[in-house]
Amino acid sequence: MQTSLGQPTTLGITFFMIFVAVSLLITYWAARRTKTTTEYYAAARSVTALQNGIALAGDYMSAASFLGIAGMVALTGFDGMIYAVGWLVGWPVLLFLIAEPLRNLGKFTFADVVAYRLRQRPIRIAAAVGSILTVLFYTIAQMVGAGTLIKLMFGLPYEAAIIIVGVVMLMYVLFGGMLATTWVQIIKAILLLGGVTVLMLLTMAHFHFSPGELYSAVAARFGQAALEPGKLISNPLDAVSLGLALMFGLLGLPHILMRFYTVPDAKEARKSVAWATGFIGYFYCIIPLVGFGASVLVGREVIAGIDKGGNMAALLLAELLGGVPFLGFIAAVAFATILAVVAGLTLAGASALSHDIYVNVVKGGKATEMEQVKVARTATIFIGVLAILLGILFKGQNVAFMVGLAFAVACSANFPALFLSITWRKMSTAGATASIIVGALLATLLIILSPTVWVDVFKNPVAVFPLKNPAIISMTASFVTAFVVSLLVPDKEAEAKFSAERIRTYLAAGAE
Amino acid sequence: MAGDAKRIEDSPEFTNLVVSRWTVASILTLLVFITYYGFILLVGYSKETIARKIGDATTLGIPMAVLVIVISFVLTLVYVFWANSSYDRKVASLRQSLEEQSLEE
Repeated sequence: MQTSLGQPTTLGITFFMIFVAVSLLITYWAARRTKTTTEYYAAARSVTALQNGIALAGDYMSAASFLGIAGMVALTGFDGMIYAVGWLVGWPVLLFLIAEPLRNLGKFTFADVVAYRLRQRPIRIAAAVGSILTVLFYTIAQMVGAGTLIKLMFGLPYEAAIIIVGVVMLMYVLFGGMLATTWVQIIKAILLLGGVTVLMLLTMAHFHFSPGELYSAVAARFGQAALEPGKLISNPLDAVSLGLALMFGLLGLPHILMRFYTVPDAKEARKSVAWATGFIGYFYCIIPLVGFGASVLVGREVIAGIDKGGNMAALLLAELLGGVPFLGFIAAVAFATILAVVAGLTLAGASALSHDIYVNVVKGGKATEMEQVKVARTATIFIGVLAILLGILFKGQNVAFMVGLAFAVACSANFPALFLSITWRKMSTAGATASIIVGALLATLLIILSPTVWVDVFKNPVAVFPLKNPAIISMTASFVTAFVVSLLVPDKEAEAKFSAERIRTYLAAGAE
Repeated sequence: MAGDAKRIEDSPEFTNLVVSRWTVASILTLLVFITYYGFILLVGYSKETIARKIGDATTLGIPMAVLVIVISFVLTLVYVFWANSSYDRKVASLRQSLEEQSLEE
């Protein structure tokens, strides 16, 4: 098949320019409403449940899940579908365990919740380190993916792509804060869901809108094995561990948790998760149809010929079914997706740095409103420039493990401390700090020793640690550490404050 | 305030609220676990079940994967409906008594 993929088409660039122009207009509008810290970090808590639900979906649905899962289904069949399912199941758990207490207890970051009744300094530092590690690992994966994808889609040099993404997203976050970031997420999520729906419908039109016919075509071409489990779950323990990381990692992702502070109260927070689960669930239900469609209509050889990982499957299918204009549109949507996800991450990283470290550790919680906003913007520039530099530094590296690492650190360092500080009276400052440190270190160390890094990246023959994802060990260790250290080094003051915390957790008394 | 908090916290209404919240949350979380890990372990230990044909080529695994997603979404709806009605009503009445108490003092 002849493809214009890899060349900058006028239409593709036009679509992208329109998106950037509209999003910068929104940023300009938002900038005029962003003066206080509550406006900068939490969009003045004025976002509705539906808006926040779409924005959460926008934060979560990255180009990797769009292009990556479509490609995985195209090249491996049913295994890609198993993988897609894992990305959704954390959402209901987030709603049941964390969303409402988080909204009632915190202000801007999840560290607000952990530090609610514990000693501020050690907890803020540990929690901010957990946040920043998670955000940086996730950002590296996004930036390197962005450079590579944009190079494949538009033929732009890798570094230029990274700098464009970095500079544009920095404008959103720097000037428009959370309000602009939220609207960029909303527009991107609608474009992505709409674009993928059209792609799915165009695909299904070839099969008389009958999934059975599509699957028959897949089986006729690649054998029945394409519709059966393959190698993905060869080790069930590994699958269980990955599942834990995906499920509980979501409950420790700073850029997701931060979104709950943008809505007015716990009820809106609750409703926004249901919306988000609906949109994301729908997305993961239709993406496999696109992937299977690409394997039949475009062909596995063509897809793998352009990119070994299959990342271009959805784009090739778009070109085949809708010509160069539709390819341009879908490519622009993928670009917008990357921009929006990186913007959300940058804001979360900047809030940990400025709100947790500067205001609450350096300044002991005493900083004027003007100073806080200034520091927030400075931290945003720092994180944004860091993201660009890391993206360039990791050029050509295999960073597929980075998202796994981000989820492993999130579920091992951030989630246990957050959950226990809400539910367990005897959680002490020492216990929470130790649990965050043990979780972060163990998750990182075990990933380095795992097959994904030790064998695939460092090219050693055998992995020291057998599982691809360490969550089952590192998350358990983090919980055990929290229990043991809290009992050994109790915190009477924190225990005494637990009653007031519970009233606020469940009754929202005094919640902002 | 500390004494107030302790009194509210020890009241049977508050205990009932917290217990019902975590009972519902635990049951629903358990259902997500059973659904998701049931699917994953079936793929791991009983490939032939997943690979069983239910159409010309369609395997049982395909609707099962979709079903895991649908069940997850339905469970969030169950929680939201429960919380919007039962939980919020209890919270409202407890908050009212909290405000009345602080007025008396």
